[in-house]
Amino acid sequence: MATVSLTVNGKVMSAEASADTLLVNFIRENLGMTGTHVGCDTSQCGACVVMVNGDSVKSCTMLAVQAEGTEVTTVEGLASNGDLHPMQQAFHDNHALQCGYCTPGMLISSIDLVTKNPNATEAEIRHGLEGNLCRCTGYHNIVKAVQAGAAEMKG
Amino acid sequence: MPDGNTGIGAAVKRKEDGRFLTGKGRFTDDINRPNQTFAYFLRSSVAHANIKNVDTSAALTAEGVVAVYTNGDMEGVGGVPCGWGLTFQNGDPMVEPVHPILAAGKVRHVGDPIAVVIAETKKQAKAAAALIKIDLEDLPAVVNMTNAVEGGTLVHEEAANNICYDWAIGDKDEVDKVFDGADHVTSIEIINNRLIPNAIEPRVAIGDYDAVSQKYTLYTSTQSPHVIRLLMGAFVLQIPEHKLRVVAPDVGGGFGSKTFHYAEEAMVTWAAGHLGRPVKWTAERSESFVSDAHGRDHVTTAELALSKDGKFLALREKTYANMGAYLSTFGPAIATYLHSTLLAGVYTTPLIYSNIIAVFTNTVAVDAYRGAGRPEATYILERLVDRAARELGIDQVEIRRKNFIPPDAFPYQTPVALEYDSGDYEATLASALEGADVDGFEARKSKAAKNGKLRGVGYSTYVEACGAAPSAVAGALGARAGLYESANVRVHPTGSVTVFTGSHSHGQGHETAFAQLVSEQIGVDIDSVEIAHGDTDQVQFGMGTYASRSLAVGGSAIVKALDKIIDKSKKIAAHIMEAAESDIEFEDGTFKVAGTDKSMGFGEVALAAYVPHNYPLDVLEPGLEESAFYDPANFTYPAGCHICEVEIDPTTGVVEIVNFTAADDPGIVINPIIVEGQIHGGVAQGIGQALLEGCVYDDNGQLITGTYMDYTMPRADDLPSYVVSTESSRCTHNPLGVKGVGEVGTIGATPAVINAIVDALSELGVTDMPMPATPQTVWRAIQEAS
Repeated sequence: MATVSLTVNGKVMSAEASADTLLVNFIRENLGMTGTHVGCDTSQCGACVVMVNGDSVKSCTMLAVQAEGTEVTTVEGLASNGDLHPMQQAFHDNHALQCGYCTPGMLISSIDLVTKNPNATEAEIRHGLEGNLCRCTGYHNIVKAVQAGAAEMKG
Repeated sequence: MPDGNTGIGAAVKRKEDGRFLTGKGRFTDDINRPNQTFAYFLRSSVAHANIKNVDTSAALTAEGVVAVYTNGDMEGVGGVPCGWGLTFQNGDPMVEPVHPILAAGKVRHVGDPIAVVIAETKKQAKAAAALIKIDLEDLPAVVNMTNAVEGGTLVHEEAANNICYDWAIGDKDEVDKVFDGADHVTSIEIINNRLIPNAIEPRVAIGDYDAVSQKYTLYTSTQSPHVIRLLMGAFVLQIPEHKLRVVAPDVGGGFGSKTFHYAEEAMVTWAAGHLGRPVKWTAERSESFVSDAHGRDHVTTAELALSKDGKFLALREKTYANMGAYLSTFGPAIATYLHSTLLAGVYTTPLIYSNIIAVFTNTVAVDAYRGAGRPEATYILERLVDRAARELGIDQVEIRRKNFIPPDAFPYQTPVALEYDSGDYEATLASALEGADVDGFEARKSKAAKNGKLRGVGYSTYVEACGAAPSAVAGALGARAGLYESANVRVHPTGSVTVFTGSHSHGQGHETAFAQLVSEQIGVDIDSVEIAHGDTDQVQFGMGTYASRSLAVGGSAIVKALDKIIDKSKKIAAHIMEAAESDIEFEDGTFKVAGTDKSMGFGEVALAAYVPHNYPLDVLEPGLEESAFYDPANFTYPAGCHICEVEIDPTTGVVEIVNFTAADDPGIVINPIIVEGQIHGGVAQGIGQALLEGCVYDDNGQLITGTYMDYTMPRADDLPSYVVSTESSRCTHNPLGVKGVGEVGTIGATPAVINAIVDALSELGVTDMPMPATPQTVWRAIQEAS
């Protein structure tokens, strides 16, 4: 066991973790933050995507000990002072979620995507989100939401 | 309706979004109980074998292990029951083998659980499971249905030739006579590919037992908590309902696969009682692939008899339906009750004969997956119609119009049991033709040809029977339960409302749509309405959510309960305002005495009911709370037209959907945003079946497509944006006029896509296209044709 310390959503946190603990399990089980989800065991579904030092990462592909000292943002950290992040708001406005299970990872991936490519086309958005599976929405409204969120984030 | 914007038809943004957007959803895996243990199932790695010995001794002494159970430890525990009983054509009951919670003597599919290890941590349970020594005697695997029915190796000794039932509907002799004299017969052979539902949330179950109250609680990711309580309590564990609570909190998608009672639910509940500690099981995705019920998997030969001018005279089909190794909750119903009865489609075909042979194989159980039987029926019909039009040289739209049940023919009795109450198939066809710009297709095709691409357009006009069902009809067709829904409306003293519904929302937006109903009926703001569901201790009863039934059946139950609330409120208002009850009018949340300026708000009446100082206590009880059960008079019949346009690169076989248009008639629309979302999602799954998804077993019964690396889930860059529109013809037999929308996408979309591919390749001589139409499959078809 090792003590892993990192900053999650702006707060310094630390907990004990075994060497083989995945970051996603560390977040869910050791830190008790269950907004980040697990949908597969082959790093395909993207339900576990979080931001690590400003890049979206499938948190099932990283060990907790590798996250030592990093800045992590999870879905719980997107809204500030009760105001939804523009991407969260865009998902709500465009009915871009149904069961809500893929939503945390989808939001983080979308924010990363449009932060790096603020003028992403529909094709670029679709390609950029191909690592996030959604079984409910058929992606139509997710794409619309990402476009709307991108416009809002550009301000 | 209040403010004119939150009642029926309003595009209200979903109330439930807030918690999901901020990571505050409460899914089953988010729940942890004090002193909890973890279960890991050791599953069979082979498809068919006798279990000679299971040695758990090393596992039992491994670090952290609390218990290890095999079938022999579970005396008195029943098998997983099947909810539907069919018969052979001669009236004999279907073969219904026991489905043990843990394998008894034999394993029958890869993933069949043999033992369960319960330990202090998940990791310890999994590590200990690796120490269990299993001595298996391999048997040949029964995988292919065609081989299975020839006998030889049997999945279950009691099922001769591996046949579960051989069932039929329709008059074969009459149908055959028409075929013998018909101008033209179009034939087709179809494999409706096996699919894996793959809700993104894997199944989770937590069993808990309170020794003080001697009460069990099961937290589980299910679509139908009361059904699970009934099946597991009464048939598996013999726990009476008042000692068993089933909680289904936020559930991350279901698509049918979370409707059924699964062995793991019973296992954790039983073990919790034995150990006196909570037991949690969370499926790994690779476990989901081999333990969640699969969908479809039909092999069909079908024929359509036509006059030379394209009028449908008769249809006959024979379908082999894969049941898998055990009968899942609704398994036997899918190919019969939900498939054969839909073979008239939107057409006036006067005679139909359908013969279904249900087959046991050494594969995971097959049950309802979004659409459940109706996509299979529609696929047969729409492929047949498409092919018949090509053979007879009739336009695809024309042949459909020529055979449509006309709008003035309703109610329309089909030759396969159903009576359609309403519909306007021309309306959705016209809407789709416009949306798809079919008139411009030839120009687009020519342009594509200049770039070396082949363009095709495919049609599908469909109807579905949903809102299951009238209990009497379901019972006559083999259901072992009723299919009504219940609602309880509790008006609180200050006028806010809690509705307890037996429907379950796992993405459908009930918390919003049902609140809109309440808002419409009694005039309260939707923010003053709470929809409670998914907990058998809270909700009186329920049959759950599947078969697009929540609004049509569950919503109607809410309306019935609200009518009782309004009736009682009128009596209260009449007493207080000293008027005759017949003079009380209720409008926009206000009770008025007709012809006067006297009025009372809904909240005032509610308060009077709970503070009955001036109240007709001699004739009315205090309080304002009413329950209703609603058993529909008929199915509902959503219908529509889907048109798909594809562009194919003949050098690679890659199919691109360049335009997808869906025009659907879901009846009256409560919330257009939610309705469109349901159509989008269903269409994506329908396209998924056509182009991407295919569950593959090898000859040894090994699941080849057992991960997301192998089973192709539709991704954002596989799919187009959709052109969606709705037309509304009112359902005539429920109070809301609603029909349903959850499954129209998987029913309508799949044949439209395949018909479009066949159209694009028809100039090369291609006449058929198996699913999924992957680039390799399409490329091969092109090579073989040329």
